Amino acid sequence: MQAKTTILNLPTEEFVQPGTRACTGCGLAIAYRIGLKALGKDTILVVPPSCLTVLQGLFPVASTKLPCLNVTFASTAAAASGVLATLRALGKDNVRVAGWAGDGGTSDIGLQALSGAAERGEKFIYFCYDNEGYMNTGVQRSGTTPIGAVTANTPLKGKLQNKKDVPAIMAAHNLSYVAACSAAYPLDLYDKIKKCIDMPGTKYFHIHIPCPPGWGFDPRYGIKIGRLAVETGYYDLYEVVNGEFKLTAASEKLVEKRKLTPVRDYFRAQSRFKTLTEQQISDIQQAIDAKWSGYYKKDEE
Amino acid sequence: MHIIENGNVAAALGVRLCGVNVIAAYPITPQTPVTEKLSEWVEAGEMKAEYIPVESEHSALSVCIAATSAGARSFTATSSNGLLYMHEQVQWASGARLPIVMCVVNRAVGAPWNVWNDQQDSISQRDTGWMQMYASDHQQIIDTVIKAYYLAEKTSIPIMVCYDGYILSHTYMPFEVPDADKVKAFLPPFKPDYALDPNDPANLNTVTLPDVRMDVRGELAHGYMEIRYLLQEELRGALAVAAETEKRFDEIFGRGGDPYIEPYLCDDAEYVAVGLGSVTYQLRVAVDALRAEGIKVGVMGIKFYRPFPDEAIAKALKGRKGVIVYEKALSYGYEGALASDLKSALYDSLAGTGSMPYVQNFVLGIGGRDIKTHDLTETLRAATKGRVAKEPVWIGLKL
Repeated sequence: MQAKTTILNLPTEEFVQPGTRACTGCGLAIAYRIGLKALGKDTILVVPPSCLTVLQGLFPVASTKLPCLNVTFASTAAAASGVLATLRALGKDNVRVAGWAGDGGTSDIGLQALSGAAERGEKFIYFCYDNEGYMNTGVQRSGTTPIGAVTANTPLKGKLQNKKDVPAIMAAHNLSYVAACSAAYPLDLYDKIKKCIDMPGTKYFHIHIPCPPGWGFDPRYGIKIGRLAVETGYYDLYEVVNGEFKLTAASEKLVEKRKLTPVRDYFRAQSRFKTLTEQQISDIQQAIDAKWSGYYKKDEE
Repeated sequence: MHIIENGNVAAALGVRLCGVNVIAAYPITPQTPVTEKLSEWVEAGEMKAEYIPVESEHSALSVCIAATSAGARSFTATSSNGLLYMHEQVQWASGARLPIVMCVVNRAVGAPWNVWNDQQDSISQRDTGWMQMYASDHQQIIDTVIKAYYLAEKTSIPIMVCYDGYILSHTYMPFEVPDADKVKAFLPPFKPDYALDPNDPANLNTVTLPDVRMDVRGELAHGYMEIRYLLQEELRGALAVAAETEKRFDEIFGRGGDPYIEPYLCDDAEYVAVGLGSVTYQLRVAVDALRAEGIKVGVMGIKFYRPFPDEAIAKALKGRKGVIVYEKALSYGYEGALASDLKSALYDSLAGTGSMPYVQNFVLGIGGRDIKTHDLTETLRAATKGRVAKEPVWIGLKL
């Protein structure tokens, strides 16, 4: 088993300047800061419109100390391919490329370009930070908004459809590495980036990002809520290495404990789930239990 | 070296001669043979470049945008709905001031589906901040691609090299392939002012406020409006760079002329037919026929459509009796875009001088409708007797 990174041996070099334009308590600010530490200096970032565009600041001041190309909403993965093509053409093989997009820019408008790049085997890491909605434009539903969540355009009944499983879609492209992470477990994210950084082809990261204004909770509870999503078995931390699925970090430990926190606790901590009925919550709990009994079974084999 | 090849191969040869580093394309008729040829050369090792077979035209231009931002000379080509699908990226490329060259193999746009030639696709991109050049034969296609890289990189403004689908893209014609060493002498290596580089990090195309703003050193940086103003100013300034480019090309290759227009029998012409692309060569046959009858007509091909060489055009048309505009596109709801632009140039330059020609607008060849030389001769003859109609007149319409 590889040595795990701890807060004590995490690199001290920062690539995100203090005083970004992120909202207070933003989960993205954590994931981005730790993620860039793992990517390191020799990285070119490609970023579509999203909360990250806001976080990075306004021209001519930028909060990221890495070269960053801002691109249109649908073009992140294609632009990353373009940067890579130039690096190959000019023989700069020590520079890495990473796309960093939101869930709308990934699961909805950006999926075609992402699928195309993954199919071509473009060697970059794609990060989807999933705050489960179009938060930058005022909290509208996206393809990854979970069922039952109230958003600005699902205002009364909450979203009626299930969350799109983007990591599974990306894993179906036979990628060398797919990971599901959470801003509440930044060291798990760090270790996963380090692990896959030199693997071939496209690598995909899905990062669960608690969003205080979008989800309706006090900013100080961001980590707590991110952890609740994992501890309830509602959002799982895992990796798929060359097709092999494996739970990681806190999710891995949950299999040993065989005891999940009731998902009700997660829903009741956020105002976006206020319209969920007890029946709906119990249906979701059943689905989680079924998913996890599969994990337990696998563990026994 | 002279060869006989089709127009798409002429374009591809131009791209190869320019030492393009990154090519991205999605297949669309009638563009496909350009990028097929390039993929073949790259795969065979005859051309040292990265070829990215993307999943859409939107991505094709995205790849070029990123590749050029990272310091590469890039190329793509498209047609029709492919160009329309790129539209967002078309605007992005010029706003980001990237010297990309793109061939637009002109084709009608849907609906309904139509794969044949007209120029609605590129004309609809007129206002995107790109330069647009139109070629009338294969020699012009290959030469224009080479000139385009020089001009784009001098000005940091992207260029569309437009040529008529099938009429030029798929027909065979003899043309001279410029000598590779001469192209090297003409076109220096691409050295962008800034390219994405971890050793000199910067954040490109960030959110920019309406007003100017100070950077961390207390220096004023442009607001969005200043950045856009500079694009307009430098696009207008590109006309002078185009003239310099043409002169330079002439010096090295021994081929050149007016940078903006291509006149035929215009010196003493009382009536001048104006158009973009191959139709102007077909119009020469009509002009020859009318000249034989003693009617003083000429043709003027517009090689440079954006930035619009308004002063050069007004000067060339000054004192004529009539200007007859043949267009394969419309600004729907009004008239041909070229006709409007010509009127505007004439008005600015000649209003009140008493030497203002009338302007007749003909629309023809839409969706590949056959352009009959007989029709060109007859309509031109009619238009030399005075303006036929205020509204654009459609040639060859069968209602």
